[in-house]
Amino acid sequence: MELIIIPVVAALLSIFTKGNRWLNTILATAGLGVLLLKFGPSNMDYQSGQWVSIVDVPWLSDVVHFHLGLDGISYLLLLLTNILLPLIVFSVNDHRKPSLVPLALVMQAGLNGVFMAKDGLMFYLFWELAMIPIYFITLIYAERDNFVTTVRFFIYTFIGSLGMLASLIYLYTKTPDASFAFESLMSINLGYTESIWVGAGFLLAFAVKIPLFPFHTWQPNTYTYAPAQGSMLLSGIMLKMGLYGLIRWYMPLAGESIPFYQPIIITLAVIGIVYGALIAMRQEDMKRLVAYSSLSHVGLIAAGIMTMTETGMNGALLQMFVHGVNVVGLFMAIDLIQQTYRGRHFAELGGLAKVNRWFTILFFLIIIGTAAAPLTNGFPGEFMLLKSIFDYDTTYVVFAGLTIILCAVYMLRMFQFSMLGEPQEENKPIALVNTLPLVVIAIMVIVIGIFPQWFIEIFEPAVKNILTTISNTKGVMS
Amino acid sequence: MNPIALILAFPLLGFLINGLLGPKLPKSIVGWLGSIAVFASFILAVSKWSLILADAKGINWNAYTFLQIEQLTLNVSFTLDRLSLWMTLIITGIGSLIHLYSISYMDHDEQPAKFFAYLNLFIFSMLLLVLGSNFLMLFFGWEGVGLCSYLLIGFWYTNKDFGHAARKAFVMNRIGDLGLLLGMYLIASNYGSLEYAEVLPSMAQGNGSVSLLTGIAVLLFIGAIGKSAQVPLFTWLPDAMAGPTPVSALIHAATMVTAGIYLVVRTQALFFLSPAARTVVLVIGVLTALIAAVIALRQNDIKKVLAYSTVSQLGFMFVALGVGAYTTALFHVTTHAFFKALLFLGAGSVIHGVHDEQDMRYMGGLKSKMPVTYWTLLIGTLAISGFPMLSGFFSKDEILANVFHHSALVYGIMAFAALLTSVYMFRLFFLTFHGEYRGTEKLEFDKVHESNWKMTTPLLVLALLSVLGGLLNLPHYISHEGFLSAWLKPTYIMFEEVIHADMTTEILLISMAVLIFLVGFVYSRQRYLVKGVSPEVETKGVAKWLQNKLYIDEFYNLVVVKPLEVLGDILFALFDTLLLYGLTFAVHPVLRWVGGRNRKIQNGNIEFYLLYMVVAIAILLGVNLLFV
Repeated sequence: MELIIIPVVAALLSIFTKGNRWLNTILATAGLGVLLLKFGPSNMDYQSGQWVSIVDVPWLSDVVHFHLGLDGISYLLLLLTNILLPLIVFSVNDHRKPSLVPLALVMQAGLNGVFMAKDGLMFYLFWELAMIPIYFITLIYAERDNFVTTVRFFIYTFIGSLGMLASLIYLYTKTPDASFAFESLMSINLGYTESIWVGAGFLLAFAVKIPLFPFHTWQPNTYTYAPAQGSMLLSGIMLKMGLYGLIRWYMPLAGESIPFYQPIIITLAVIGIVYGALIAMRQEDMKRLVAYSSLSHVGLIAAGIMTMTETGMNGALLQMFVHGVNVVGLFMAIDLIQQTYRGRHFAELGGLAKVNRWFTILFFLIIIGTAAAPLTNGFPGEFMLLKSIFDYDTTYVVFAGLTIILCAVYMLRMFQFSMLGEPQEENKPIALVNTLPLVVIAIMVIVIGIFPQWFIEIFEPAVKNILTTISNTKGVMS
Repeated sequence: MNPIALILAFPLLGFLINGLLGPKLPKSIVGWLGSIAVFASFILAVSKWSLILADAKGINWNAYTFLQIEQLTLNVSFTLDRLSLWMTLIITGIGSLIHLYSISYMDHDEQPAKFFAYLNLFIFSMLLLVLGSNFLMLFFGWEGVGLCSYLLIGFWYTNKDFGHAARKAFVMNRIGDLGLLLGMYLIASNYGSLEYAEVLPSMAQGNGSVSLLTGIAVLLFIGAIGKSAQVPLFTWLPDAMAGPTPVSALIHAATMVTAGIYLVVRTQALFFLSPAARTVVLVIGVLTALIAAVIALRQNDIKKVLAYSTVSQLGFMFVALGVGAYTTALFHVTTHAFFKALLFLGAGSVIHGVHDEQDMRYMGGLKSKMPVTYWTLLIGTLAISGFPMLSGFFSKDEILANVFHHSALVYGIMAFAALLTSVYMFRLFFLTFHGEYRGTEKLEFDKVHESNWKMTTPLLVLALLSVLGGLLNLPHYISHEGFLSAWLKPTYIMFEEVIHADMTTEILLISMAVLIFLVGFVYSRQRYLVKGVSPEVETKGVAKWLQNKLYIDEFYNLVVVKPLEVLGDILFALFDTLLLYGLTFAVHPVLRWVGGRNRKIQNGNIEFYLLYMVVAIAILLGVNLLFV
């Protein structure tokens, strides 16, 4: 409950901070404080793997309950949301964007709700609640007239969400106790054809949000023209909603359709991996490059989830966290470059390493993290994901594995054209204080890279639990 | 504390101190700090010698669990056994000398701290690679050295071409890494572990079909092709010469590029069980040894000659592996580390002396100005060309003897490659030190100078090692069992064939070796010393092809790089932007059209609304009557 209320209160308070970044960051950190102190692994039992209810009160008569629950998977994504939010808020250092921080904090409330909701309709409401602030952020603070891109992004994802709503309502009509509760919705046994339709509704919403090839077309322009913080919120946290939905809602509720959708989604995901990487290789606009690289990376995560193996699921969850951290780091670094220098196109940059010793080190760490070098955070997740695809189909893994070559190509290309080479003119350095969030991210790059098992232990029991539940109730073998 | 932890800790500490505090430390300290860190590991490794001699199983250290996925446990764990100790001594021993040399080589550089930090990080990664007790640690080190190689090739980062060479090296290595990774998956899926001590004995006991073993071996070998610059992934190594010369000596000659050989020797049981995989290794090795040696004949950049020479010599080592002579391959790794490091450092001393000129056509007659460099480089040249009783003579002869027993044809090709080695090395030697000085006005001959003691000491030590290196594994006609053979014996799980030729064959082979050396020497002397060269002469025909490295880079650009780039452009422009993005736009006019049509129904006319009502009621009644 606190995780919803505190960000809302913080959002209201942040209206009065006059854009002071330190105050705003303190407000944004409150959520993380509560999460660690009240719901940390020492206070909660994440080892049982159960999705434990923390609040359950009737809301719309008995049909919809305000019902929140926590397990290791929720905790991981809450951790991601509430660690990244302060960093993103800190990166706002422009007084001409007064409503950016309040909107981001409202979004934090919505995201926290999404990752905890244990009632189908609540999930839907939070899902849309998180959408509204980001719509305004991308619309108001876009770097050019962005109405068409933003409206398209909104309508596109909204239509997807309606599919999910339809499926939820259909399941609701079938529940014996007329309720949207997760357990009730899950207890229904769907016929094969029926499950394909219900599954389609969920998958439409999630495929657009992830985004899965070819439902990604809202993404590149939105990421490119949105304000940096908008791109960070979208790519770092929001697209994890789709992947989370896949694990938490699609599989348990419409698991009968997995045999039908598994090959389709994995094929699309693997196509997306190569497709995104090939296009990223040719981009000159750093933000657009990262947008396509993100398409490539989430494709790998989605494929891992759909293998329905412990290896794939654990790898996917770890990589969801890691991708969130790294992509926010990349967008933040690009934003700093853009603020300090001429722009973010290769043609306008080069040689920035000469005056930015620390920034170069931090940026490079995030880049090799993204490129999954061993002992950085990108490696363990990618290792597990590729392993799960290897065990699923050895032909697919050859294509999926191209990511380790192509990712090195486009990431190092970006690094070279921006940081290396001869500087075009005498540059002033990027202000050190602005690189503080990158320090936090770089620390996570290294710590998770060296000790991934610490992280996996948080959510591993919950993954086991979900896989067992699906195979018991829906008869799907992993 | 476990000694392995300490061996790893010194270079890591050196990296952290120089990397974090570097610019704050005085310039004179950073180099010594880096060198001492590596030397400390060397001393520590030496001190464990007797222990490993007494107990061949060695020391183990299991640090922690990296990942636990389903039934697969991946540990950060290490083994110091005879093989890894041998490699550790090469890495830290040669590494110390090259660090010492670098102190004065990087004297004038702006960022010596960065240089030594990277160099220490490289040593750490390389030690991770050879000390790891499982494939995961090997992979960590494998990619780690690749990353350090990237950082050091592109060390002078303001130069765009250097940056390009660095990226090329990293990406080509990653192509190999994908093979290695898939090989690891195949092992993990079939043997449930990545620990050498579990997987290899299981293979040796007959678990797994031959086709599975061949699949694993070939995938692992693809990794070796990338890292050890074999055909077809060898073109990055000559470009890697963009890095500072000590880097070329350490990474691109003595240590990193031999990781592929280490991998095969480490998984010797696997390759022993798959004759098909060994044939692949043999064919790749032969092709590489020959092609690289041919290209080396016509390179004018002193470092490029040595780079192609390295590629060719690595090919020799893989040929040894291909015929199952694992110890011989490692013997050549060792002697090659001595004389190739010597040659590179000597070349670096020359480059330093002539103020950064690398084109041999503008050198000549440097003998009188640089006596120490001259004599040590002569020893290096003699060693690699197979001058009798020097280190290269023994190790190369051992390879050729093994090949001879395998196939006379392969022996013929390899003997020819050995002849070419002798030709291009003496060409390098004569062009650099003998004849007339051909430098431009830019640098007058008087300004050419010998390097100081920090640079010449490593040269002298390496020259001594290049002379005496053969003692490490004397052939059977001199000693009963070579030292290295005896040392490595307990490492092998599968029995290694030891070939002892009869005396006549042996004498024949030795005479051939001496003949090859002499012919190469005499030919080069005639062609390059007596006839001389002139920088202005335009090359044409075959020579031009060779000078342009057989246009292999251009070929790869044409068939791999360009098509991928065009594909990326097409996907972006046509598919992503026009088709998919346009499609969502197309929804808009359709909706407008439908909306426009529907709007006309709502025309504000009461009669029409009444009509709709009546029709609707009629339909509903009809439905009611028919279906209920």
